[in-house]
Amino acid sequence: MATTVDDIDYSDIEAKYQVHYDDSFDNMLVVDGIPVIDKSKQEKLVAKICKEFSRKGVPIKPEDIFLPWDDAKGKSQGFGFVEFRNVDDANLALAAMHNHPFDAKHQFKVNKFTDIERYEKMDETYVEPEAEEYTPRVIRSSPLQYPIVNLACFSQEHLRAWLADAQGRDQYVTYRGEDVEIWWHGKPSQSELATKPDWKDFLYVAWSPLGTYIATLHRQGVRLWGGSSWKPQQRFAHPLVKLIDFSPCEQYLVTWSNEPIVVPEGAPQGPQYLSPDDEGNNIAVWDIKSGDLLRTFSTATEDSPTAKKQLQWPALKWSPDDKYVARVTPGQMISVHELPSMYLHGKKSLKIEGVVDFEWCPQGDRDREDAEKDAVSASNGAAAKTAKKARENMLVYWTPEVVNQPARVTLLGFPSRAILRQKNLFNVTECKLYWQNQGDFLCVKVDRHTKTKKSIFCNLEIFRVREKDYPVEVVELKDTVTDFSWEPKGERFAIVSSNDPNLGNPGPGITIKTDVSFYQLEHGKNDFKLLRTLPSRTSNAIRWSPRGRHVVLATVGSSSKSELEFWDLDFNVEDAGRREGQISKEEWGSGIQLLGTADHYALTDVEWDPSGRYLATHASSWTHTLENGYAIWDFRGQEITKQIQDRFKQFIWRPRPRTLLTKDQQRQVRKNLKEYSRTFDEDDAAEESNVSAELVALRKRLVDEWNAWRTRSKAEFFGEGGQRNGNRTDAKAEKEEIEVWIDEVIDQVEEEVLE
Amino acid sequence: MSLDLGDLVPKLEYPRILDEYGSGSVAVLTLPTVPRTPKSSRKRLYFQRSSMIPILLQGHERSLTQLKFNAEGDLLFSCSKDYVINMWYSCNGERAGTYDGHNGSVWTVDVDLQSRFLVSGAADNTLRLWNVASGQCLYTWEFSTSVKRVAFNEDGTQVMCVTEQRMGYPSTIRVFDINRDGDGTNQAEQPLHLFNPVGSKATVCAFTLTPDIIITGHTSGKVALYNVQTGEEIERNECAHHDHVTDLQLSNDRTYCITSSRDRVARIHDTKTLGVIKTYTTETPLNSAALAPTRPYVLLGGGLEPMSLTVTHLRQGKFETRFWHKVYEEEVGRVKGHFGPINTIAVHPAGTCYASGAEDGFIRLHHFDDSYFKAQPYGAVNIEE
Repeated sequence: MATTVDDIDYSDIEAKYQVHYDDSFDNMLVVDGIPVIDKSKQEKLVAKICKEFSRKGVPIKPEDIFLPWDDAKGKSQGFGFVEFRNVDDANLALAAMHNHPFDAKHQFKVNKFTDIERYEKMDETYVEPEAEEYTPRVIRSSPLQYPIVNLACFSQEHLRAWLADAQGRDQYVTYRGEDVEIWWHGKPSQSELATKPDWKDFLYVAWSPLGTYIATLHRQGVRLWGGSSWKPQQRFAHPLVKLIDFSPCEQYLVTWSNEPIVVPEGAPQGPQYLSPDDEGNNIAVWDIKSGDLLRTFSTATEDSPTAKKQLQWPALKWSPDDKYVARVTPGQMISVHELPSMYLHGKKSLKIEGVVDFEWCPQGDRDREDAEKDAVSASNGAAAKTAKKARENMLVYWTPEVVNQPARVTLLGFPSRAILRQKNLFNVTECKLYWQNQGDFLCVKVDRHTKTKKSIFCNLEIFRVREKDYPVEVVELKDTVTDFSWEPKGERFAIVSSNDPNLGNPGPGITIKTDVSFYQLEHGKNDFKLLRTLPSRTSNAIRWSPRGRHVVLATVGSSSKSELEFWDLDFNVEDAGRREGQISKEEWGSGIQLLGTADHYALTDVEWDPSGRYLATHASSWTHTLENGYAIWDFRGQEITKQIQDRFKQFIWRPRPRTLLTKDQQRQVRKNLKEYSRTFDEDDAAEESNVSAELVALRKRLVDEWNAWRTRSKAEFFGEGGQRNGNRTDAKAEKEEIEVWIDEVIDQVEEEVLE
Repeated sequence: MSLDLGDLVPKLEYPRILDEYGSGSVAVLTLPTVPRTPKSSRKRLYFQRSSMIPILLQGHERSLTQLKFNAEGDLLFSCSKDYVINMWYSCNGERAGTYDGHNGSVWTVDVDLQSRFLVSGAADNTLRLWNVASGQCLYTWEFSTSVKRVAFNEDGTQVMCVTEQRMGYPSTIRVFDINRDGDGTNQAEQPLHLFNPVGSKATVCAFTLTPDIIITGHTSGKVALYNVQTGEEIERNECAHHDHVTDLQLSNDRTYCITSSRDRVARIHDTKTLGVIKTYTTETPLNSAALAPTRPYVLLGGGLEPMSLTVTHLRQGKFETRFWHKVYEEEVGRVKGHFGPINTIAVHPAGTCYASGAEDGFIRLHHFDDSYFKAQPYGAVNIEE
């Protein structure tokens, strides 16, 4: 029987492709606070409401609005229903329009329709809420872009768990090929792999400045990891991010991408995401704890977007207390933003004609203590007057010479914007600003040229920032200074200077000859005096130990020289803690001693560990492919370990936060060092015997296995006796006597015979 | 040379350069400045000054290809790409004589147990038999391709040779009977056995203890056992190495052998089962590996090929002889000196000295000093040879 089209049963297909209409009221908002009007004004009002909504970025049409009518009075009821296409639009409108001032008298109060229903049905009797179990931190997780990780697993872990290591070891991260490894570094027996995370597809890794987080840069953005199990902690969706910078207190993060931000259609919106307003910018500032985006900036300068200047990184410079962040618009101004709001401080930038660069003054230990005291006394209120006021933030900037004006270095207090000190300079080519890490001294390295502009020499203008009126002292040098470095927490600095004619035109195989000089503050005269010059070196990098006193001079980036020199600047002083008083009695500069030299072929980077006990050098395959790998040395230049690994990229020590011990406690520890070291020595001895016992056992096993195999194989070949056909041993038994003449000239005497 | 392993207790964690000799001159070992530090943390110095210096044998104009000691160890034979075979007295490095006649790079040389006959193979496609004492060429076999490796069997009655695969000719292994009667000029022209190993070509070979069974190393990294009568592959270890096997040296009793390869690894194999007993992983391609009799060490030599060396820095080449502990598989020392990759290493049968020959055309003959023999690294243990 023939069937017609109508006879076919389509019900299954219809059921399958039936469109499900969204018949819930989730896309419906109730807008309260609409003016009460009569019929005549309805059209006008609806149009106005539509306009208001559209202005806030959520366009609606007049037919989406329904205004209930009180027919008895002939007036509207003062609220209305607005329907949206979907739930997301409704949520957006709720966020945008709630508390929106409609006119002088009326303010919108927006609720979800479903919420109103819920509130209406609310049970009026109070039910004691059940106490939730305490979880210290909960990280928000978004279902987009990254796989969802079980929420329960990232909380509770202490982010600084590594500091509680019983052996007090430091950690470091290595990145080789595609593999990241985090290692414990201690005595050889205690050095072990801490973790080998399976992070994929990222550019490189970076520690946060206090070591709490480790960041990886992915295509989608930055990801932070931390805690003892290296769980994901936070993420920042900045696509194609290339550079990142943490604020000094780890509260904020700055990210940069060379690609301007593009927000595609349908991208997720919210405080953690880039919004359409951010399009075209390159730099984003994020709050680390919440993951929220605070603000974005553009690096393109308005007047010369085509002129590609070398990007200065960090582009945003943080004040040491995380309260301000500033950026320079070269030639025009410095803009300082307050945190966390990111508003321009005082609503205006510091307009400085011609400004080139600036630096914030770091916070010393003393300043930090004062700041803490301030905070405590502020909370106590009354006691505020007795506490010493903490030093205000300071920044220093310099402006180059213009027609009739000399170049100028200015020290500025912030937020007071008071100019504390200014110094005029002449014949300036370039200035570099170097703060000592405690904020005690500022060195301005001034490259100056002679009148003919042919040769360049160098002046060091040193500001003593802790003293009244900020006295400045000048150290004049004849040569070009290529590197400058303050001793951390110290009154010394080291410079690398050179008068090599090849300086400035580097070529393959050219190693520039340099001199390294150390200077120290002479207390009586209050000026910096040369301690010692080490002539004709090739060193081009100075690395002070983070605790001061020890310094390493390295030749970096050369294919023929790769020397490391380990110097001790207080060799004569037994206890570094008491050195101030003694140094003056000693002969000037006599305490400098070379502890050792070492060589790491083709090294590219040199880094001290946070404790200043070890030095790591590595050769990264990003720079070249010769003998990539890393080495760890102790402060005397003795090699601890050396790993040559091809495709080795990165080595970074995990930074440590500042100590929690007070000055007194530290002094106490130093005093009783002998007591403490005794227990450590005992541990060492016990461990050493333990380790060697293990090793001896392993070796014994290896020898036993070998010997067993030898006996077995001999038995197989030669039978049980282990003897073979004797002709060979017989041959050996016949001894042959060989006579060897040895001529040796014992003495040679030339005699002249006189006839 | 000075190789003092006496103080390597309790353990030696890092390889260190034990010797700093320049080319043939007396080197001055400068002790590192020991800074003033607590006594406990002072590092021990692991080397001692010795009066023994290496003997530099200059008799070749081109790179060395193989070195061989005779059974007593008083003579050292060397062959080179400059067509010459040299014989040296191992005690003082004096040249005893040369064997002239080859018209191509001499790739390989071997001497029989009695030091009566010498056999050599060269790029002139010939295998030659020589009278060790007179230097006279006794017999010449001619093939279609060059001879890459020769080896005597234990009693000197047979010689095996491996010829190169080239110009359409496959790599061939031939075994000849050596007529030891008379003056040695009366040799059979035709080989006793002839076969072509299947798969990748053979590069190195040796007779095992079992008659007619030979062990071979191949370019693919394979190590195999062949029956020469049938040409049948008896045993194979396909993944003994991942690259060209460059050397194969037997232990004194021929029960095990050491192979080196360009894959940077040297291994000890059982010659019966071909099982891997020990593995020594270095960071440079290896050209030669030798066993040190009486002491539990192996000597490895190699270096990057000159053509792959772009930056000519001596450090880069890794032209050092490396000493590894045979049983613990740990590197214990290095001897510098060559300025080209080491092509071949040979150790005196009694273990009293060793020679290394390199791409630079020099042979360096090192006599071990007392401390090398007295040292009990890692404690006194009895390790069977």
